[in-house]
Amino acid sequence: MNIPVRRFDTLILGAGGGGLRAALQLARADAHVAVVSKVFPTRSHTVAAQGGVNAALANVTPDNWHWHMYDTVKGSDYLGDQDAIEYMCRAAAHLVYELEHAGVPFSRLESGRIYQRPFGGQSREFGGAQATRTCAAADRTGHAILHTLYQQNIRARTHFFDEYFAIDLIHDDEGAVLGVLTMDIATGEPLVIEAKTTLIATGGCGQLYRTTTNAHINTGDGMAMALRAGIPLQDMEFFQFHPTGIAGKGMLITEGARGEGGYLVNKDGERFMERYAPNVKDLASRDVVSRAISIEVREGRGCGPNADHVMLKLDHLGSDIVAKRLPGIRDTCKTFMHLDPVDTPIPVFPTAHYAMGGIPTDRFGRVVMPSGDSPEEVIPGLYAAGECACVSVHGANRLGGNSLLDILVFGRAAANDILGFLKNNRYHRPPNQACIDKAYERFARWEKRGDGESVQAVRADLKKAMEDHCGVFRTEKIMQEGIDVIKAIRARIPDVRLQDQSKVFNTARVEALELENLADIAIATMRSAEARQESRGAHSRIDYPDRDDAHWMKHSLYTLQDDSLDYKPVRTKPMSVETFPPKKRVY
Amino acid sequence: MRFKIYRYNPDVDEEPYMQEFVLEHVKPGMMLREALMELKNQDETLSFRHSCGEGVCGSDGVNINGLNGLACITPVAELTEPVEIRPFPGVPVIRDLVVDMSGFYKQYRSVKPFLIRYDPEPEAENLQSPEERDKLDGLYECILCGCCSTACPSFWWNPDKFPGPSALLQSWRFLADSRDQAMEERLDALDGPYKLFRCHTIMNCAYVCPKGLNPTKAIGHIKALMLKHSV
Repeated sequence: MNIPVRRFDTLILGAGGGGLRAALQLARADAHVAVVSKVFPTRSHTVAAQGGVNAALANVTPDNWHWHMYDTVKGSDYLGDQDAIEYMCRAAAHLVYELEHAGVPFSRLESGRIYQRPFGGQSREFGGAQATRTCAAADRTGHAILHTLYQQNIRARTHFFDEYFAIDLIHDDEGAVLGVLTMDIATGEPLVIEAKTTLIATGGCGQLYRTTTNAHINTGDGMAMALRAGIPLQDMEFFQFHPTGIAGKGMLITEGARGEGGYLVNKDGERFMERYAPNVKDLASRDVVSRAISIEVREGRGCGPNADHVMLKLDHLGSDIVAKRLPGIRDTCKTFMHLDPVDTPIPVFPTAHYAMGGIPTDRFGRVVMPSGDSPEEVIPGLYAAGECACVSVHGANRLGGNSLLDILVFGRAAANDILGFLKNNRYHRPPNQACIDKAYERFARWEKRGDGESVQAVRADLKKAMEDHCGVFRTEKIMQEGIDVIKAIRARIPDVRLQDQSKVFNTARVEALELENLADIAIATMRSAEARQESRGAHSRIDYPDRDDAHWMKHSLYTLQDDSLDYKPVRTKPMSVETFPPKKRVY
Repeated sequence: MRFKIYRYNPDVDEEPYMQEFVLEHVKPGMMLREALMELKNQDETLSFRHSCGEGVCGSDGVNINGLNGLACITPVAELTEPVEIRPFPGVPVIRDLVVDMSGFYKQYRSVKPFLIRYDPEPEAENLQSPEERDKLDGLYECILCGCCSTACPSFWWNPDKFPGPSALLQSWRFLADSRDQAMEERLDALDGPYKLFRCHTIMNCAYVCPKGLNPTKAIGHIKALMLKHSV
């Protein structure tokens, strides 16, 4: 098979905020950069981020990066790496200003400065009064940022491969990553893109779950590519359930709704968060609020005929605030629920939202894995940033407003490191042909004809299994069953057949490749979750209700090939300040 | 519920045809995107783009009973049967409901859709009053779905020359931004018979925009600015 080849200095997989921020940095430094995206860039899921991006600009209340760092470490339930968190929080203000200079239409304060709103888990003075740290463009901040970054990439003349699907990474005999095999979705033809460095910025995998705030495209393609290349995934048991997805449907209602003064009530009209987080109430961390809602419903205080959700009240805020600050979620409520939050509360329930885990990297965006004596050996030429990566700045639970920050900070950091790598590695290295052949095999496998199960049937079962066995509350028994169920589902995939054998824009084939990716990530998630015998952040075990720092303050690493788990220590030493030692986490 | 859906796969079909589908079970509140996904389960060869499912990514624009719109925010209960789904008019079809949007994107790029400033960059943000920022509302929310431009007769006639309502809305988004410093070059680039003045205020764009934006009004603002600027 003679597959056409294109060559670039540097390759980026994914055109969300992380990929585009990196591309911009690289293109401005005159690197020859290619961005591969399975959708047109502005369709990437960054577009759906609502509430904002955290940066201690202090435009509304006093603030500084060190308080932000404390909140992030605490929010992570002490599983975040403190060097990376310090790096991120220190960089935040500069990166937000840069976005503003690039054109992001942030909402404004009377002073003309960027509008900031309170968000969950934010404090002043290391756990004191509520901070106001989240920079927002109404409730369409992700849209504003993604479009601006794409626009600036147009200006920088970045090379885009729109609607190309990445199949698998290509490396050489020494393990250096040298590009990727892709499929041009429009023609169904394979194309090898060779590059001296590859940045995986493919986003999350919320399609693991049936009810999710994530788009259809969030199938963890890059994470699964890493797994198949023998790279472990880190901390996959930590999956965030956003407290306020629209009940039963999953559309996201931003945390900004509570930041603007909204609050949750149960069927008795009780503002129940007062019991779970007496100080900050509805602005506790997401894991805390999601658990509280689940408990309210489980104990019979849910709303509606099936008592299966709670209500988010915004009707006391007045139509001006809702129209000005939350126009997007107001539209969503009108469209999908036929209700106007200005006068009717919104039914909400915790909904699968964000993977804290992912491809292990250091704070330069370099992918690292254990090798010999070192727990963190750099894989030459391979980088990851954004939701697909695990630096880890989010640890066991991500704070709202830190995901947009993560993609900006580490998209840029990876790009800067890539520029250094390119200086020292001036020439393309020849890839290993066997590796290309293997990737091609995965691509060509879907040309097998005949009768078999449909992709859709397996995908539906997989999502149901994850929902049933790896939700907000977990137990040994449920998760052990889950492992068996997921393994059985994975075993069905070789017998799946496509009825659509056309080459032209074959979305069925894309979904088949996505199913394989989801299945690999599902087993990584399920196995990592089953093994961790404690409750930390988003991982809540009924049978192990407490955090166990003595045994479990460490990162999980799941390897697909031998279905094994390994662990590595949390980097508790920041770059320049004192360590925040673990303590009891109360809000 | 009955559907008639435009099918064309250049791999196998001599010419396009309409395929009939029946959806037995229509769930309450079902959107057209979910319906199309169900129909794809019946026949996986049906191709269409979609992603976020809530009207923000702009992937799933199609022509629904003669009007362009986003499948994910179109309730099927409000549609008359048989529901006729076609690809966007006036643009090349790749397959089924998937169209070639490259001309649309090219026009987007042609209006320099990015903030241009010549002043040195300040250490912090550029200041902008809330009133100045308000002028961007109704403009920056565009999701580039293409519903407007592919409903515009002027764009149908001159897709290679006329920027179309979406690109012109983007142009005004930057002209209206108090931070932008490229008014003259933006206006100059829009002068001429095939640019700004190819808009004949037919207003299909505003009628179909799924985000409730009004490109015609934006074009009117540019015309007024151009006039003011030239006298």
